[in-house]
Amino acid sequence: MNRQIVRLTYVALALVGVLVVMTTYWQTWAAAGLADRQDNAIKRVAEFSIDRGLIFSWKPRKRLARNIERTVEQRTLFFRRYPYGPLAAHLVGYSTVARSRTGLERSLNDYLTASNASLSTLVDKALDEFRGKPVEGADVVTNLDLDAQQVALDALGTQCGAVVALDPRTGKVRVMASSPSFDPNLAENDFEKIERIEADCQPAAPLLNRASAGLYVPGSIFKVITASAALESEKFTPESTFVDPGYCTVYGKRVNNFDTTSPFGTIDLESALAYSVNSVFCNIGKELGARRILDTAKRFGFYELPPLETPRDEREPSGLYDNRRLYYPARDPDIDAGRMAFGQERMLVTPLQMAMVAGAIGVGGRLIEPQAVDRIVGPGGKVLLRQRPTLIRQTVSQETADAVAAMMRLAVERGTGTAAQLSGYSVGGKTGTGETGVPGSNTTWFIAFAGPDAESPAELAIAVVLQNQSGTGGTTAAPIARAVMQAILP
Amino acid sequence: MTARNRELGGVLVAGVIAGTALASVTIARGSEVSASATTYGIAFLGLYLAAHLVVRRTAPYADGALLPLTAVLTAFGLALNYRLDPDDGGRQALWVLIGVGVFAATLIALRHDYRVLESYRYLFGVAAVVLLLLPSVPGLGERVNGVKLWVDVGPLQFQPGELAKICLILFLAGYLREKREVLAQGRLKDFGPLLAIWGAAMLVIVQTNDLGSALLNFGIFLAMLYVATGKALFVGAGLALFVGGAALLYNALDRVHERVTIWLQPWTDERVHCALNGRLEFRQDCASYQLVKSLYSIGNGGFGGTGLGEGTFTSTDGTELIPHLRTDFIYSAIAQELGLIGAAALLLCYMVFVARGMRIALRAQDGFSKLLAAGLTFGFALQAFVIVGGVLRLVPLTGITLPFVSYGGTSIVANFLLLAGLLLVSNRANSPP
Repeated sequence: MNRQIVRLTYVALALVGVLVVMTTYWQTWAAAGLADRQDNAIKRVAEFSIDRGLIFSWKPRKRLARNIERTVEQRTLFFRRYPYGPLAAHLVGYSTVARSRTGLERSLNDYLTASNASLSTLVDKALDEFRGKPVEGADVVTNLDLDAQQVALDALGTQCGAVVALDPRTGKVRVMASSPSFDPNLAENDFEKIERIEADCQPAAPLLNRASAGLYVPGSIFKVITASAALESEKFTPESTFVDPGYCTVYGKRVNNFDTTSPFGTIDLESALAYSVNSVFCNIGKELGARRILDTAKRFGFYELPPLETPRDEREPSGLYDNRRLYYPARDPDIDAGRMAFGQERMLVTPLQMAMVAGAIGVGGRLIEPQAVDRIVGPGGKVLLRQRPTLIRQTVSQETADAVAAMMRLAVERGTGTAAQLSGYSVGGKTGTGETGVPGSNTTWFIAFAGPDAESPAELAIAVVLQNQSGTGGTTAAPIARAVMQAILP
Repeated sequence: MTARNRELGGVLVAGVIAGTALASVTIARGSEVSASATTYGIAFLGLYLAAHLVVRRTAPYADGALLPLTAVLTAFGLALNYRLDPDDGGRQALWVLIGVGVFAATLIALRHDYRVLESYRYLFGVAAVVLLLLPSVPGLGERVNGVKLWVDVGPLQFQPGELAKICLILFLAGYLREKREVLAQGRLKDFGPLLAIWGAAMLVIVQTNDLGSALLNFGIFLAMLYVATGKALFVGAGLALFVGGAALLYNALDRVHERVTIWLQPWTDERVHCALNGRLEFRQDCASYQLVKSLYSIGNGGFGGTGLGEGTFTSTDGTELIPHLRTDFIYSAIAQELGLIGAAALLLCYMVFVARGMRIALRAQDGFSKLLAAGLTFGFALQAFVIVGGVLRLVPLTGITLPFVSYGGTSIVANFLLLAGLLLVSNRANSPP
């Protein structure tokens, strides 16, 4: 029997040995994956004993997220408080025991809890643990201009919509407001109150960050892309003339201008953008084909997740959507290029993406990565991460960008966007009214850039979107854009 | 150095480990190192010294490593149980005391010749079946977590499955010793008993819904059958029958079905029907809640662990994050607080225990002793594998205890019986003629 016993010994030892291997797997290989899971309550609760890093605004420097200490069963725990409540709720997010985390609280959790894998943080953390002191997390300084953020949120009021403002030279995000907002202090214990929030749209979806994850019909603001594509194709110049009958025929059907009663007659491209003439862009679209325009849009960042420090699932890519899925046509005829050229036809965009477009046009076609965070500072004052301006790509040639910028200036000077004029600044903008098919529930837009004069690069780019509007982008969204720009510009 | 002196040294080391572990838990709980840690350390040491003295008198030639290993394993268990719930820690200490008492009594009672047990083999066989089916007797058994494992006897609760395991091993050692030649010929009609036991295992699953104890007992049976006959074919056929039977039951029994589903897919990206509240939930928030929380606990331990007493098992408001932590999931608590190092150390203790146990089987002279030692040792290893493997998502999770570590009186007592058995066999094998 001894031979069998020896073999059985191997089996028995192997059974226990496999347990060692599996334990090693979960504690080393799979540990990071487990830690990242949203339902990992163990990790989440464990991190409440960490003196979590604070989150600051840029100007004025205020604490957007701070800690309150509470002792529970002889353990010091740090709970989050958000002194400004709904003001920057979507970007900052919340950190709770019951409802996990959102926003920067989620995406920068490793920094905020000092568990990012950098040698100096690891040493500091180990020393804190050894001394029995709570581990201190790193502080995050955002790029938010708090006063302008307040102006934006106040201007949005009970309307559903969003405002994104950024510095197109550096990508620094100055305003990211989404309405309706919510008080993140309620997320832990009074979540029902957040769910009950109402606004001028159904569903109110207060938790949705409309600025980066809200997808809307762009309407005429998409003409900025079409105009760029038209100039890049070298088939058109700003002086190219068209005859506007007040409508355009696609697939045998008439597509009307916003105001069909007064056709413009003979009009050049520059004025067509300034006055937002659908028929002109419709014809450009038919001439260029859908994919050519989409490829220009791609240069501006469409069809990819816009870079930002927030969690991936709190951002959405812009582009054509088919059944809630991003869709790129295999052949030109699959898409009604005429209607797409002025921003209808299943085209959906986010305010963040459109602020990027306006910004790139304003600075000669250079698309800079948007950044909500300026720097991350460790407990000792050491800067762990400093964001630097990052060029994504040259979208269109500088000539094209400057020509489109000039058209957009014309739009603000005497076209549809006059409500956004700012004394002392040269503002270029584009209005948009995305028709949803229901009267009185249009999506209105205004995108713009502003600089000291027409020759200098823009210092600010902005996108404003409003849901369920009966007015136009020029009357509803442009005044909000103006107010926010005025708050930011010196 | 003799085996007994090695044992004495080992017991002293285990006493130090137990005292340190408790002191560490006490410090982490924020209270000062009170005298109680020292008192406890001394009491623990005293208990095992007493056990050592009994072994010295009754089984002087027995293996010297098993008792200290047991002491270390119970020290792990006591420290963790005390850390998770001081009251349960106290009760567990009482059970260890009772366990050592039973251990000593067994050694004393069987000091002359344990082989008398062989003649009661059929009695043990019947006892095993009765004990296994006891929890499903109406009015007697109690369902815990949908599985019938417990029996209420007045104010006491006990898990008959643990004792059934010992009885089954005794029965098989006697029965197989007698029939091994016949069985080894491999005639078709001799497969009768094999089929009967397979049927019994399936009956146990159906009656108690308990996949774990069926797997454990059937595994022990196959291992002992193999040792007795040397026919790997029997093992293969037995495994095939078990897997086939379990697969049939998988479709027939919801409980088994659910366990397997949880095992294969603990996380879902979409909401699925939740039997607990009838709503649509992610599986990780419903059926597999326990398993994934336990995996998070293990993952949170990392390499070095959080330290004894520093782990996270309750939410900020004090509610428990992992249900059944002290019984089924004690391993995930150990893995979090002591990390990979501590968990590997614990598993290494089991491995050494298993290696020593098998060595005893090799050295034993007669067939009954060999089968008994091999069966007890393999049962010990398989039990650790089934529960820890379940916690680690290696096999479907079942509710059996981790020997000497999990909270639970019957389990502690049964495992002390197992230890006594191994020491008796070892003592006889090593005795000078």
